[in-house]
Parts: sequence; C-alpha cells; structure tokens
Amino acid sequence: MPFTFSFYDFTGFTQWIDVTLRGACSPFWAVLWEMVIVGVLFLAFYAVVGLYLVYAERKVCAFIQNRVGPNRVGPYGFFQTIADLIKLLMKEIISIREADKLLFNLAPFIVIITSFLALAAIPFAKGLHPIDLNIGVFYVMAISSMGVVGILLAGWSSNSKYSLLGAMRSGAQIISYELSVGMSLIAICVLAGSMQLSTIVEGQRDLWFIFKGHFPAVTAFIIYMIAATAETNRGPFDLAEAESELAAGFHTEYSGIKFAFFFLAEYMNMFIVASLAATIFWGGWMPLHIPGLESFNHVMDFIPPVIWYVGKTVVIILIMMWFKWTFPRLRIDQLLNLEWKFLLPISLVNILIMAFIVLMGWQIGL
Amino acid sequence: MSGEFLILFFIVAVVLVGGAIIFSNYVAPTSENPQKHDPYECGIPTKGLTWLQFNVGYYLFAIIFLVFDVETVFVFPWSVVMKDLGMSAFIEIVIFFFVLVLGLLYAWKKKALIWE
Repeated sequence: MPFTFSFYDFTGFTQWIDVTLRGACSPFWAVLWEMVIVGVLFLAFYAVVGLYLVYAERKVCAFIQNRVGPNRVGPYGFFQTIADLIKLLMKEIISIREADKLLFNLAPFIVIITSFLALAAIPFAKGLHPIDLNIGVFYVMAISSMGVVGILLAGWSSNSKYSLLGAMRSGAQIISYELSVGMSLIAICVLAGSMQLSTIVEGQRDLWFIFKGHFPAVTAFIIYMIAATAETNRGPFDLAEAESELAAGFHTEYSGIKFAFFFLAEYMNMFIVASLAATIFWGGWMPLHIPGLESFNHVMDFIPPVIWYVGKTVVIILIMMWFKWTFPRLRIDQLLNLEWKFLLPISLVNILIMAFIVLMGWQIGL
Repeated sequence: MSGEFLILFFIVAVVLVGGAIIFSNYVAPTSENPQKHDPYECGIPTKGLTWLQFNVGYYLFAIIFLVFDVETVFVFPWSVVMKDLGMSAFIEIVIFFFVLVLGLLYAWKKKALIWE
C-alpha cells in the first residue's frame, strides 16, 4: 500500500500504518505496536492540552483583569506551566493522619481515568477517532458522570471539614447539572436520529445542527453551555472550591503531584465538554456549509477538518473562560434553584418541541 | 477494535497517575514535624468527627436526581428511534414527561428543592 497522507482525510494514513505494521510483524505484535503508538500519542496530547489550557486560562484572566499574566519563564511565559509541573513533581506528597488511605489514594486515579476515557471518544478529524461507539453521546455522558465519584471520595476520605463540605456541594452540583447536559444532548440526538458521534458529524455536512434545528437547538446549546460550565466546577459555579470560604474544597488535603492531577482533570474536563459542544452543535470537524452557496462551501472545504475542530473547541473554551472571569460566584441555593426550577423544566419542554419539529419535518436542510 | 482501545486508555491513565506518583516519591524531599499530618484547620486542632451524617437536603436532591437520571436512560434510546416510530412515539413521550413533571412539581411543592 502506497504512503498516503492528507490533512482532509486521515483514514488513508491510519490504514497505511496498519498495513505496514501487519506486513512487518505478526498480527499480535502489530496490534500491540498500534496500541503503543496510540497510547503514547494520547498521553502526550493529554499532557500538552492540560498544561496549555492552564497557561491559556492565566493569560485570559490577566487580559480580562488588565494585567500581564505569566511572563518570566520563556517568551511570554510560555513555559510557565511546564515549570509549575516540575515544581509540583518535586514536592513532597503529604499523607493525612486518620485519612482513609485507600480511598485517598484512589481518588486521583478515578478523576484522571474518567477524563482520559471520555477524551478517547471525541472525533478529532475524519479518520482520527479512537473509539467510535454507536452510543457515543451516551458513553461520554456515562463516563464523565463517573468523575463525581472521584471528587466525593477525595472529599470524604481526607478527614477534613473543608474537603467534606466542598465535595458535598460539588456532588450536588454535578449530579444536578448532569441532567440538563443530558437533556440538551437528547434534543440534538432526536434531530440527528443517532447517538454515534461520527454519524452526528456526518449529519451536519449541509448545515450545523445549531442552525438546522431552529430555536430548540439554540436553546439546547445555551442550556448545554450553562450546565457544562457548572458540571466542570468552573466559575461562576465554582462553589466546590470557593477559596474565600472553603480553602480549596475537595482537594484541600492533596499536595504535590496528586493535587496537580485534580487540577489537570478539571482542565481536561473543560476541554472534553467544549469538544463535545463543538461536535454536537457546531459540526465537529465539518466545515461551515450553507445550502445553496456552492462556491462558499467549496472555499470552506479548503480549510482542513483539524483546524475547524480545534478552532471551534478553542472558541468554546474561551467563552467558558470569559464566563469565569466576568460573573460573580453564585450561592449554593441559587445554583440549585437555577437547575431544578429553570433549566430542567425548560430542557424537558425543549425536547418535546424539538421532537415535534423533527416529526413534522420542519428542520432546515434535510 | 474499540473494546481494546477502551482497555488501552484505561491502562494509559493508570500508568500516567501511578508513574507520576511513584516518580514524585523518589525525587521529592521529605521532612518531619508533629503538625504536618493534621487535617487543615485555621491553626488550631480540628474539633469533633468529620465523618458524620450529612444534612438531609443533600439526600433529597440525590433521590430526585436518581429518578431523572433513570429517566434520561429511557429517553436516550427513544431519541434515536423517534423519527421512525412517528406520532405514537411522540404521544408516548408527552405522557412520560407529564408523569415526570408531576413528580417534580410534587417535590417542589413539598419544598424538597430548598438547600439549607
């Protein structure tokens, strides 16, 4: 098989790697080598994205507050978070007397594993999609809701009152907002008629779902953005680690690299929800197409899918950072009121309206 | 193929966390003092148990959540086949949601949705 590589379709490239490896060694070793390649690539991807999201957040925060932000380590402080990581690696891991040792050590594993598994289901480009399940949306929902177990374990096992309060608030918040995330995704699943992420992306070839589904799709997107921000424990919903009242919330007692993992998982969860929003509502790696404008569609096709995907995800992440640094923090009762008395009823009605539109065939462009 | 990849990602995540913690244990300096392993409190010893029964408000939220979460599991498959089944599926989901919303209204009326 000849070597093929294109920024528009990675299927040929991955098949070329597969065929070459199978030609060079026995099937068992070929599969093993493929796994090693994928594993190492994702490990690097995970670390780089996590570190640079932290850097981006600090720079965006500085920009909004009219400061400079990190600017000492490397040009524009570009290596600041790498230096931070090395510092955290060199710090002693303090164990807490009377803490539940097993659960205390297990918690960082759970938060990292869940974010890693959720990341695996995101379609990055055509042919760059490690796990393409036919229940993709449901899988991401299920896996990311496991993350709350890690947070509750961390808070409960630390034997500290700040941790316990932070974890309980966090748990109530995450499970509440998870419902709205699920409901807004269901509205789009009704429109797409599928839960497979690759099918959902393909379904947006002529027009993105946020435009296709009239106002229910826009409502679903707005609800998703609010609920996803809350689900990832980010401001203005960051009560779980309200530093002015709770020290650091559920990870008060964690030090060194274990703390770093909670921090990393938080930023990776933000990346995952932003990717999912880009995939479900804005077409993932699909270029912006408008039915009837052939020449425009053709120009858009020249931009590679990876650029589209990264661009959309970055825009959504920037919106979430903008939220965090401009809105004041909510109180816990306001937070739960917002979910149970506003978002949940609205999203239930929203699903019905979307179902009715799909039933009548009123969606644009199908 | 995807089943293998699930296991792969699981293993990679475990290796990442475990490896970093083991590495950190080797390179990090250690020191001892009597207060070091105390749980965090503002400079004074903590009072009383931490592992006590938490307030009831939280418990009610968890129960209502459970109802709605199971409901989500039912609605996901419905969302995929909605287009094929047509009007009957739509009417059924309206009835289903009606019953659910009655439950939510009951909880609302009973003041279960207030965090104190």
